[in-house]
Amino acid sequence: MKFGVVVFPGSNCDHDAYHVIKHVLGARVEYIWHKETTLRMFDVIILPGGFSYGDYLRAGAVARFAPVMNAIVQFSRHGGMVLGICNGFQILLEAGLLPGALIPNNHMRFRCQNVYIKVLDNTSPFTREYQTAQVLRMPIAHYSGNYYADADTLKSLEDNGQIAFQYCEPDGTVSENANPNGSLLNIAGIFNPARNVLGMMPHPERAAEKILGSNDGLGIFKSLVDHA
Amino acid sequence: MIQLKEPEVNLQLALEHGLSEEEWQKIIEILGRTPTYTELGVFSVMWSEHCSYKNSIAMLKTLPRTGRRLLVGAGEENAGLVDIGDGLAVCFKIESHNHPSAVEPFQGAATGVGGILRDIFTMGARPIASLNSLRFGPLNIPRNRYLFDNVVKGIAHYGNSIGVPTVGGEIYFEECYTGNPLVNVMTVGVVKHNEVVSAVSKGEGNTVMLVGSATGRDGIHGATFASVELSETSESRRSSVQVGDPFTEKLLLEATLELAKQDYLVGIQDMGAAGIACSTSEMAARGKSGMILDLSAVPLREPDMSPYEIMLSESQERMLVVIRKGFEQEAQAIFKKWDLKCTKIGKVINSNNLEIFFNQKKVGSIPAYHLVLGGGAPVYIRETREPDYIKKARAKNIKRLKMPEDFNKALLQIMASPNVADKAWVYQQYDYSVRSNTVVPPGASAAVIRLKKTNKALAMKTDGNGRYTYLNPYKGGAIAVAEAARNVACMGAKPLAITNCLNFGNPYDPEVYYQFKQAVLGMGEACRILDTPVTGGNVSFYNESPQGAIYPTPVVGMLGLIEDLKHVTTSWFKQDGDFIILLGALKGELGGSEYMQVIHNMVGGDAPDIDLSFEKRIQTACLEAIRKGIVNSAIDVSDGGLAVAIAEACINNPEKMLGASIFISLKMRDDELLFGESQSVIILSISENNLLEMERIAAKNIIPCITIGRVKDNGRLKINGLIDLELEAIRRVYQAIIPNYMQQGF
Repeated sequence: MKFGVVVFPGSNCDHDAYHVIKHVLGARVEYIWHKETTLRMFDVIILPGGFSYGDYLRAGAVARFAPVMNAIVQFSRHGGMVLGICNGFQILLEAGLLPGALIPNNHMRFRCQNVYIKVLDNTSPFTREYQTAQVLRMPIAHYSGNYYADADTLKSLEDNGQIAFQYCEPDGTVSENANPNGSLLNIAGIFNPARNVLGMMPHPERAAEKILGSNDGLGIFKSLVDHA
Repeated sequence: MIQLKEPEVNLQLALEHGLSEEEWQKIIEILGRTPTYTELGVFSVMWSEHCSYKNSIAMLKTLPRTGRRLLVGAGEENAGLVDIGDGLAVCFKIESHNHPSAVEPFQGAATGVGGILRDIFTMGARPIASLNSLRFGPLNIPRNRYLFDNVVKGIAHYGNSIGVPTVGGEIYFEECYTGNPLVNVMTVGVVKHNEVVSAVSKGEGNTVMLVGSATGRDGIHGATFASVELSETSESRRSSVQVGDPFTEKLLLEATLELAKQDYLVGIQDMGAAGIACSTSEMAARGKSGMILDLSAVPLREPDMSPYEIMLSESQERMLVVIRKGFEQEAQAIFKKWDLKCTKIGKVINSNNLEIFFNQKKVGSIPAYHLVLGGGAPVYIRETREPDYIKKARAKNIKRLKMPEDFNKALLQIMASPNVADKAWVYQQYDYSVRSNTVVPPGASAAVIRLKKTNKALAMKTDGNGRYTYLNPYKGGAIAVAEAARNVACMGAKPLAITNCLNFGNPYDPEVYYQFKQAVLGMGEACRILDTPVTGGNVSFYNESPQGAIYPTPVVGMLGLIEDLKHVTTSWFKQDGDFIILLGALKGELGGSEYMQVIHNMVGGDAPDIDLSFEKRIQTACLEAIRKGIVNSAIDVSDGGLAVAIAEACINNPEKMLGASIFISLKMRDDELLFGESQSVIILSISENNLLEMERIAAKNIIPCITIGRVKDNGRLKINGLIDLELEAIRRVYQAIIPNYMQQGF
């Protein structure tokens, strides 16, 4: 089982993901430079959070043209696991690996806080460590995390079980009050139809050790390790 | 030498550059001739207050600047360096960006963050956290809301994008900061002892390279702009404010940390104020060497820039790098990997001069030593006079003030003062958890950042009370240090060292200089007794608007070391039934208090007393108890006094609010008891079976320790018969006030 963490210029959470995989889980991990054009022997690719290329045009809009992205698209088409966190999620949407868009938060401010998210399904390779309807606590930290898609897309996400996580109250109630950014259907993360690609705005890599206040995020990485 | 189409250099032009007649004569004496236009520009920025510290350095040298943990003393490098064991050192510094933020708050604050980050990573240290200390006028004035909103956005923009968590700070709103807000930013970095990079240039023939962004006309005379008061025409100085690009800086950061590991690196210095002029002269002076510079080689953002402009530009995200001759390609490869420009602009020579060339013509030749602080730059000690207002303010008879009829209402009013109220509106805009080290996030007495691969953590805090310093500059300076140290001690950390940012008015005003001198003396005394030397910092004079000078505002950035992660302690109550203990003595001091300001709309009396050896014993006892594992929470009494400290300990638990019932009998007025801001007081919560141990520790340290109440899981705060409130009611006003103001827009 080998993880690869992509480093774009402007990636900030690459070290955090690497740390969790290597030092918390003891699994194999390497950085992948954004100028690489081929990927060697990885089982899971992580697109980390940050401000790739400064995010000057639109979050993720430049990164999708990075040399490494063609290889990642091919990798996912062959069933490779891809996890995009925060800016990584934005890049997956820009690259067309996931449907919809992330627009600026409805309050038009950057927001960093702990949120609660509900696991909708524990049969995916990313969530098998959790119970269905389990509530997880982890931080968000983003300006553009407001998930948007047209009605048909939303319906197909729901029908196909592609909604991975929804923002919720500590007791699991999915409410307007628990929604930190205006996302439709309180969406915090989605799968592709084949469920080998997951994009999510909350940061599981920042919630993988008790000393940081929560280790609820560790299950995602553990699920992937066990999957192999 | 050539003169391009440049103005004639004479005394008049020197005066227009902010130099005095005496300084003009000194320049002629140093050079033995009239300076060229470029040279005059270089002298004017290097001898500006901002770069030369000419009116402050003599006083700063009275501060304790050595200690067994200090690896680099104040002023020797761009930031101080403190040993924390395990082969690691911490590098930290605070800096002001007040004037730029007053005219262009977003970019002013953003580039402040960028500048202090560069100071840290150019020493080879990985920045692990940033903090800030902010002052604005009251929020009922739309312009103040505009400044506040955009300063916060600017800090967030830069800090979030570059991926360094902004983990703490402090904010006050006072009338005197309308028109002259304060924006002080601090960064903390960690470096291995053997990877520390020096800001030095030496070794004849070695190569001088300029790395990072191209040079434009932005920020020319920024350093000079920072060295005069703000006025109605300051708005026209917006072009003196630089524009930041955190993405480029992120690349610079990563490339610099790669370069720091290479043997062929001689030195690096960030380009901040006074750009190439400052970095070349300071690096050369430090290495007792000279430098030939070819300004035609500098990559430009705009055509037709003159050598004067190139030397003085403050374009952001640039550094000067000196490497051993023959390793140019290796260094360039690192920067190329990160898509950064790296251009040879000169070489080290065996003389003491900066020899400046442009299009093969010499445009300047200046001995570097004479340009820099600690070298030939002027040093002044200004006249002082105790201001009249101090006596008047102290003469105000506080004892005659009418007591509030309803103490519940008074407490709610104080909790809803923006100075006391919850700052979540601010810190939620900062990414405070990136890098996954934030053990205690903003909202506690201090932030705690763990150090991966060790079992240690750092506690950090900024502190300063302008109102106290206004009423009593000496005590204000001392209290800033004492309170910051107390805050980190409450988190379980041993205070190690400070960095300071001294925000004052015009130093040529004897009353302002009195404030400055007294505050520095007070700070020095506190640092000596609390054993927290000053590792460096920044002085910001000329903080005056047409309405007058700001409160003298010395700000302390404190660093504390937590030896074992299990000692990390937070400020909120945790367990029903715990005993609430008061360490220290409440003396009912209302002078300069938040209560006086909010309830009586008055700033008067004297600042609270501070007995520094008592303070030291209180902190020692608190830390000893924490290390024994008997403390469930610790919070110090500060703004708003005992009532506010207890209320915060009740409502700030993110899991569940816990109530408290307090009974305390002291011979003083009820308002003095509840809201007095006596120093050296810490409130602990402790389980019953640890009470004896706590008393033993207090007795050993010769400090008072009394039980004043119990933690109750009943959702209420009760103090004597005076206060009886639902916690929910307190929390509501505490959390609502700042968002409510900011919803009004500007």
